[in-house]
Amino acid sequence: MLEINNLHVHYGAIHALKGVSLEVHDGEIVALIGSNGAGKSTLLKAVSGLLKPTEGTISFEGNPTMKMSAQAIVKAGITQVPEGRHVFSGLSVYENLMMGAYLRKDKDGIKEDLQNIYNRFPILKERLNQDASTLSGGEQQMLAMGRALMARPKLLMLDEPSMGLAPIFVNQVFEIIKDINSTGTTILLIEQNARKALDIADRGYVMETGNIVLSGTGKQLSESDAVRKAYLGG
Amino acid sequence: MKKGLLTKQNLCWVLLVAVVFGALQGLISAGIINPIYQTALMQIGINIILAVSLNLIIGITGQFSLGHAGFMCIGAYATGVMMKQGSPDIMGVLIGMAIGMAISAVIALIVAVPTLRLRGDYLAIATLGFGEIIRIVILNMDITNGAAGLVLPKVVTWQMIFIAVVICTVVIVNFGTSAPGRACIAIREDEIAAEAMGINTTKYKIIAFVIGAMVAAVAGSLYASSFYVIKPEMYTFNKSIDILVIVVFGGMGSVTGSFIAATVIGLINTFLQSFSSIRMIVYGAVLVLIMIFRPSGLLGTKEFTFSALFEKFEKNKEGK
Repeated sequence: MLEINNLHVHYGAIHALKGVSLEVHDGEIVALIGSNGAGKSTLLKAVSGLLKPTEGTISFEGNPTMKMSAQAIVKAGITQVPEGRHVFSGLSVYENLMMGAYLRKDKDGIKEDLQNIYNRFPILKERLNQDASTLSGGEQQMLAMGRALMARPKLLMLDEPSMGLAPIFVNQVFEIIKDINSTGTTILLIEQNARKALDIADRGYVMETGNIVLSGTGKQLSESDAVRKAYLGG
Repeated sequence: MKKGLLTKQNLCWVLLVAVVFGALQGLISAGIINPIYQTALMQIGINIILAVSLNLIIGITGQFSLGHAGFMCIGAYATGVMMKQGSPDIMGVLIGMAIGMAISAVIALIVAVPTLRLRGDYLAIATLGFGEIIRIVILNMDITNGAAGLVLPKVVTWQMIFIAVVICTVVIVNFGTSAPGRACIAIREDEIAAEAMGINTTKYKIIAFVIGAMVAAVAGSLYASSFYVIKPEMYTFNKSIDILVIVVFGGMGSVTGSFIAATVIGLINTFLQSFSSIRMIVYGAVLVLIMIFRPSGLLGTKEFTFSALFEKFEKNKEGK
């Protein structure tokens, strides 16, 4: 579904991605783990068109996306939930959700998806007319995910969804990710919480300083010595 | 959420506008608002239009522009030249206003496409520069009579300004609550997230900027035809700051706030006119105090709406 080949990204003089290649197949959950500064968020930004890579190719469903604008990429079916939640604080929860459907014209489909989101996140329905900034951290994460789903993405990319959340919310977030995946949405997940991410992932990649150093199924990785030492605490 | 035009809220707004209009008319015919205050009233009306239009750019879309006086200048001179060369009556004003809006829109577009890619301070400096360019071009043209400016007949009455305030406000408030308006608010709150949602951020920033510039031209046009004289020196960077002060004072993003701030500042200026030596000191002190006690402006981003008022009533009823 998503194919990244030999991707290089520079921030000025800094070489952030040094030839990354990875694949996400239809219907999978793929986890990308690694420490701070490994280049995980950079990779997502390059895929969603917020950053222009200096070298390499990205293709989605066989079509190259390198020359596409961020809007066109959303339209093609890739939506990102940015790190740190990024809800629009001047807007109500309802308006935030509707922002996610910004590029869609099918009114009935939007209504249906809105209903699905209310079912999946009952808390959002209760808070519908509240300013998004008054939500708790966990609720904001739910809103950011709900908003991304309103674009009806084929591939949903999540950047550290569990960051800064209470443990009870962390479990809930991972449950929801599994649930979203079971209804047919492919997921690319970036996480610091390597154990939880690898538990739900079909496959995983480990990144270090701009390179992919290991890859395998979720199970293989969580059992591998290198990963256990570096990320799972022995 | 489709609603008809004839809702309880809209009727209330129409009623409020009618009451304010009636009250002003009554006070003027009773002689309580004398010609001096009438001038102040017109100035306040024009300032409201300016503040509301700048609020669209700064408050709603979050783009810091310091070139608003430039667009006002275009409107003023388009009308002034039209009245001088064409007809010095209301037709001349209206045609001049239309021409001013068109020129403003084109120039705003030319300014916006390269500069709205900039952020924060850089955008402020770029728009400041463009505002000055507009002023200096007009200063050096023959048709505008250079530094001496144009002397014009007074054609516009306070009633026309009142109507213009209502129309401009309705246009901008409706834009702010429409889907493109929500996109603008999303850009203000979080540009990266807005872009990730598939919003064409540059496009909406340009739309807001162009609409704001066109409305500023309307204000300039009204000014030219109600205050006898226009000169390029009236549209310096100081004028842009004056408008900015109203927006910040009222609360960035709040149209109601712009109304209140323009009125309060207008009244302060009028009442301090007789103490001209301490006028700027008091004015400055008031601004400092407001910024200390209400750092996000008088109203923040809050708006006065009738639906909120009704809800309060309902709640009070339930409470009893």
